[in-house]
Amino acid sequence: MTKENYRKERIDRCIKARSDDIYAISSKNEIFYLLFPRVIPITALAILALILPLYWQKVIISACIFAMLAVSWDFLSSCGMLSLGQALFFGIGSYIAGILNHYLHLPFYITIPFATIFGGLFSTLLLLPVVRLRGIYFAMVTLILPLMLMRGIEATRIFGGNEGITGLSPFPNIWVELIIIITAMWVTLFALRRFISSDYGLIFVSIRDNDRATMASGINIYAFKAQALFIGSCICAFCGAFMTHSYMFTGIPVFTMEFSILPIAASAIGGIGSLAGPLLGAFVLVPLSEILREFGTLRVVFYGLVLVICVVALPEGIFHYLSRKYNEMERWVKIE
Amino acid sequence: MAILEIRNLTKSFGGIKAVDDVSVDVLENTLLGIIGPNGSGKTTFVNMITGFIRPDKGSVRFKGKELIGLTPYKITNMGIGRAFQMVKPFFHLPAFKNIIVPLSSDRVKATKGGGFGDKDAIALDILEEVGFERDSSVPYKTASVLPHGYLKRLELARLIALKAEVLILDELFSGLSIAEVTSIVPIIEKLLVEGKTIIMIEHRLKELFRIADNVIVFNFGKKIKEGKPKEILEDEEVKKAYLGVEV
Repeated sequence: MTKENYRKERIDRCIKARSDDIYAISSKNEIFYLLFPRVIPITALAILALILPLYWQKVIISACIFAMLAVSWDFLSSCGMLSLGQALFFGIGSYIAGILNHYLHLPFYITIPFATIFGGLFSTLLLLPVVRLRGIYFAMVTLILPLMLMRGIEATRIFGGNEGITGLSPFPNIWVELIIIITAMWVTLFALRRFISSDYGLIFVSIRDNDRATMASGINIYAFKAQALFIGSCICAFCGAFMTHSYMFTGIPVFTMEFSILPIAASAIGGIGSLAGPLLGAFVLVPLSEILREFGTLRVVFYGLVLVICVVALPEGIFHYLSRKYNEMERWVKIE
Repeated sequence: MAILEIRNLTKSFGGIKAVDDVSVDVLENTLLGIIGPNGSGKTTFVNMITGFIRPDKGSVRFKGKELIGLTPYKITNMGIGRAFQMVKPFFHLPAFKNIIVPLSSDRVKATKGGGFGDKDAIALDILEEVGFERDSSVPYKTASVLPHGYLKRLELARLIALKAEVLILDELFSGLSIAEVTSIVPIIEKLLVEGKTIIMIEHRLKELFRIADNVIVFNFGKKIKEGKPKEILEDEEVKKAYLGVEV
């Protein structure tokens, strides 16, 4: 569609710094350009949560939980900490909420915030001695810790031992659950994205890029790593506490590898390093796994197949692909 | 006056003495050149001063304060900045955001007004100082796509942002064209005029000897000679060790 007196122009601008600033709200087009990719998924999820049957509402809740775990994983990896133990943070949060509810009979609106903060604090203290480790060595420690806690609880039979703690108080109804988790997820995502692009958040990315140069810039990288660990583990602890009340149960299954590995798979297919990518990845993987239930045993085969296809066809991740295409979009402008 | 007093610095890796009993006084507001063949311990020497490697023995005093045992970030915050031989930019960040990181250090925050103000604008000013064209897109480009010359300038910009009093430049000129070197030399001269102390490890002797006040020569971890550039050039031992026997 070529028009007289019109030319094609890319919507993005070469200097992205400008679009992140106050200039972005200087025109209607700019506002639309920035809002469109943010408003669409938020609205879509809200509508889906309203119209879907109960079973699929539960799937949405589960997807939200994994999405938050994946966002937290991506945040930690953006700070140079490769974690294989989201289950550790998740499980600690879950147990704290479960214990408070079972032994002290506290309601969920107290246990969840408490578990979020103290779960994060406890996980950070637990990993504080190893923040000096890098890459695979840090990953190994995070991998082994949840397994140690799991066997520890099993052997000592504390907090219900193998059976866990059951009969915890549930949420009043599904709508409260949906509102809490969906709001928490979007708040986490947008807050972290803003945080990591702020001057303070830049330091976290710089540690991932080069920790020695960050040290040579006069930054105490271990203090920053501990902060990142706290933020990341708080998010996971929240998920754990939320799921405890949602399933009315906590026990050693909260330390299983599933909670560590699925967030990584979601990040890999969604696109590492964008925070939004892992969220998108979780919303692909969790519903996919539900749809494939019909295939019975073949489920894992198809699931693996989709994973492989995603990774081979879109190695950069779904989110990076979409975002690139969106930024390459052109519009017609009038030649003056 | 000696701003850095380095005494008996020694470090062994296995059986090899990388740096063997080196003592140097670095005078305030001078440029000290360090030369020597590859593997003679120059970078290890600098790593020990900046805290990246702990020496086996010896002491480094900066304005009378002992540096050995401090972590690199503390030493940096005291005012000793260090540029790496292998450039270490933050590859995922745009060039000007690279400068925000040192601008967020305790040292800069402690200076008057350092904690406030538009860091982006300060970063762009510093980048302009080291030769990033302000009105072009270069300062906004991701560090991973910048050419080598700009990355070297970025290392220098980091030290300027830190307001370092002692700048240690590890082979800043390596891999640069003559034209690039001649455009960086005035920046270094300007830093000297501002009262900074500079230590340069360099293989580009011609450029170094033109700006250096003092030169020390390393060979097999030992300091074999110290003196003015002219004396070093004429010294027989240095010629034998470094410049080749037949010269």
